[in-house]
Amino acid sequence: MDIKDIIKPENLVYQKSDVQIDTIMHYCPGCTHGVVHKILSELIDEMGIQENTVGVAPVGCAVFAYNYIDVDWQEAAHGRAPAVATGIVRTNPDKFVFTYQGDGDLASIGAAEILHACNRGENMLVVFINNGIYGMTGGQMAPTTIDGMVTSTTPGGRDIALNGYPMKITELIAQLPGTSYVTRQSAQNAGAVRKCKRSLKKGIQNVLDKKGTSFIEVVSTCSSGWKMTPVAANRWMEENMFPFYPLGDLKDGSKEPNLSKN
Amino acid sequence: MGELRLMKGNEVLAEAAIRCGCDGYFGYPITPQSEIMETLMVRQPWDETGMVVLQAESEIASINMVYGAAATGKKVMTSSSSPGISLMAEGISYIAGAELPCLFVNVVRGGPGLGTIQPSQADYFQSVKGGGHGDYKCIVLAPASVQEMNDFVGLGFELAFKYLNPALILTDGAIGQMMEKVELADYKPRWTKEEIQKYSGKWATTGKPNSRKQNVVTSLEMDSDKMEANNRRFQEKYKKMEEEEVRFETIMCDDAEYIMVAFGTSARICQKSVEIAREQGIKVGLLRPITLFPFPKKEIAKLTCHVKGFLSVEMSAGQMVEDIKLAVHESGCNVRVEHFGRMGGIIPSPNEVVDALKEKFL
Repeated sequence: MDIKDIIKPENLVYQKSDVQIDTIMHYCPGCTHGVVHKILSELIDEMGIQENTVGVAPVGCAVFAYNYIDVDWQEAAHGRAPAVATGIVRTNPDKFVFTYQGDGDLASIGAAEILHACNRGENMLVVFINNGIYGMTGGQMAPTTIDGMVTSTTPGGRDIALNGYPMKITELIAQLPGTSYVTRQSAQNAGAVRKCKRSLKKGIQNVLDKKGTSFIEVVSTCSSGWKMTPVAANRWMEENMFPFYPLGDLKDGSKEPNLSKN
Repeated sequence: MGELRLMKGNEVLAEAAIRCGCDGYFGYPITPQSEIMETLMVRQPWDETGMVVLQAESEIASINMVYGAAATGKKVMTSSSSPGISLMAEGISYIAGAELPCLFVNVVRGGPGLGTIQPSQADYFQSVKGGGHGDYKCIVLAPASVQEMNDFVGLGFELAFKYLNPALILTDGAIGQMMEKVELADYKPRWTKEEIQKYSGKWATTGKPNSRKQNVVTSLEMDSDKMEANNRRFQEKYKKMEEEEVRFETIMCDDAEYIMVAFGTSARICQKSVEIAREQGIKVGLLRPITLFPFPKKEIAKLTCHVKGFLSVEMSAGQMVEDIKLAVHESGCNVRVEHFGRMGGIIPSPNEVVDALKEKFL
């Protein structure tokens, strides 16, 4: 049987969203970014908000997010995406604005920007990909690197006495009154992807309803940085990351009114 | 004639921003320019024109808010003073690299470090040579009066949008804090969505309709051939600014044997110094660069072959003097270029400048 015999309308059970650009991704095999890009694209498509959306890309592996999701994008300086998004949303309150950031970008160099944007309750969605490592620069320790985890700058494993504690920034964010919905998800199997998509949808809807900041962490793998196969990386994440970063909603105030002006 | 008021330089910046149809101001308090944001917060322009005013958590956040809003085609600005501008340098480099229009104001104080809150011109190099990383230039306007503080807000935005480049008003605590009579500009409405589409629709991230490709605002280009091409485009732009946007003022230069070159507060001092020197029979003129980048090097070169010397008067250890020397060198004539300056927040007196001129040249 030839491939042409298979690709027929009657056999079509799944197709990618038009919002996902038809191109080869630069992400490594097993990387979580591709999956999150896919479900974000699907949601932007399904919710009919492509024309109204402005994304803010981080510095990190997702720096090229604009090559994959077909909306208007701005590329921010390292860690500054929440400030950039603030500028967009304050002067364009009718737009759906989201930032897409990794853990080095959001929890280290951009810690001030994310805390203050969330505390002001900027009406935007934050997608936070946490793989406990700086992926793009070659696997250095991030603030989220868990105790004992081996990285290129903690070759003997993270040493709390030397490097301090891993930071649960999502728990900090959940304390801030400006946030309406704060959740921690993952995307390592079909069930997790479906749950993650539901959370992202709720976050987007909250922003459309002007409820302030919605913050979705996705605990992720970095096969290349962790130096594991994708399958082993998923197993390692489940066994080591999930106990420290438990999945689930930290705050769901989506039904409460938001006092933020924007 | 427009409305006349007696106002502080810093207050005028705020008033001029509202009147010129500015869409947003993002700032962080720092002396000696906090009155800009304070004036805006008292005026509450969001009720009047819809202009957004937001106090950010840092200068780093302010300039990145400017980046975000500017990238949607909005007319936005920030202001700070020296240490704050250093923090913004990263963002300004990104704005220049992404070719976004915006206005920022540096009400300079004495440095280095935390320095002092008194006026200074020691941020000249940082302002005219780029300031952050990479090969870029900002358009730099140097007001010498409260009236020019008013006028350069509109002009700054005009030039920023003409060249898709950050424009900087470089002033200091003296002009920011002093009160003078000022004729305010008439109100211009903020741009409508249609006007933004018309002026900036090709690149602004306003949401992607089916009718066009996505707009992406970035300073990133992994292909170094393309990055070099981007740099060539920037350099062409800066060259065009040098050809078309030079602004300066000359006072009593026609018969002058010696030319003082000074901008901003120093130029105000030198105006008096010229008078004093002329009373003593010394033929002195003043050249006041209004744009510091582009620098009036052709005008300096033109004067070079007719004068005996230039005295650069700056509230710094001597920074602009280097640009004067370059301009003189390019003229082919050889005259002496000297510098006189005070540092650390000291403003020289007019007599001090005349004495320096006599000591160096007579």
